[in-house]
Amino acid sequence: MSERLTVTVERPDQIVAILRPDGYINASGGEEIAKEAYVLLGDGVVNLLLDLERTRIVNSIGISILIEILEKVLDQKGRLAFCRLTPTIEKTFQIMGLAQYARLFPAVDPALAWLRGETE
Amino acid sequence: MPSFERREVHLTLPIVRDMEIAATAQVAVLGELLQMERDQIDEVKLAVVEACINAFEHSGTPDRKVEIEFVADEKSGRPFLEVGVIDAGCGFDPARVAEPVIREKIHSKEKRGWGLKIIESLMDDVRIESGEHGTRIVMRKYL
Repeated sequence: MSERLTVTVERPDQIVAILRPDGYINASGGEEIAKEAYVLLGDGVVNLLLDLERTRIVNSIGISILIEILEKVLDQKGRLAFCRLTPTIEKTFQIMGLAQYARLFPAVDPALAWLRGETE
Repeated sequence: MPSFERREVHLTLPIVRDMEIAATAQVAVLGELLQMERDQIDEVKLAVVEACINAFEHSGTPDRKVEIEFVADEKSGRPFLEVGVIDAGCGFDPARVAEPVIREKIHSKEKRGWGLKIIESLMDDVRIESGEHGTRIVMRKYL
């Protein structure tokens, strides 16, 4: 858990990108995600999916960085979604109200469909 | 759950980056001993992480360490896991901690301040004793 978080990025098309963090999302973990997200936004990919299948803890510092990413996505008229959250992470996002601005999905495919505008 | 033998663990954490993760290992061990669901254990872990981060960042404790007390026990037949996070810092008034609101955080420079809200939302019982000689946050989660 204390090992540095890694992020893999998948770009299935020009519309969306999937970021897959692996590890603890704290300050440094959040910065790793933000670094990749800002590269994508700079390339014009404004619809981002964070697949949290391999993350069990997101602390409040990490969440504050996720809010920064959300801001930049919204500024570019994009969409941000999360999928495969643990119940605790989902509960935390709901408590904070983050789910009012970013959609939460149980699986990858419905999240991608929403990001592509195929579903509401 | 059969009659339960009280278990206690004490841990001293130096204030070092990411050291809060050491506390989550104890939560896992005691949570499993209590036969807690994994999601309940995760909730206690996150609450402990947040309490540790608050102490690390805000206590100003001169000894640069935080004491953590873990108790697995039962009350009136209800097993629980209780964690106390104690520092010898400057203390704070919980009543003066502003309630964070997401719409105010977005496009604000100050995006932090979620720790207490997360702790209180994830745990069944939270007590905060704080004064000029330090702070003790005691959090309990029942099975």
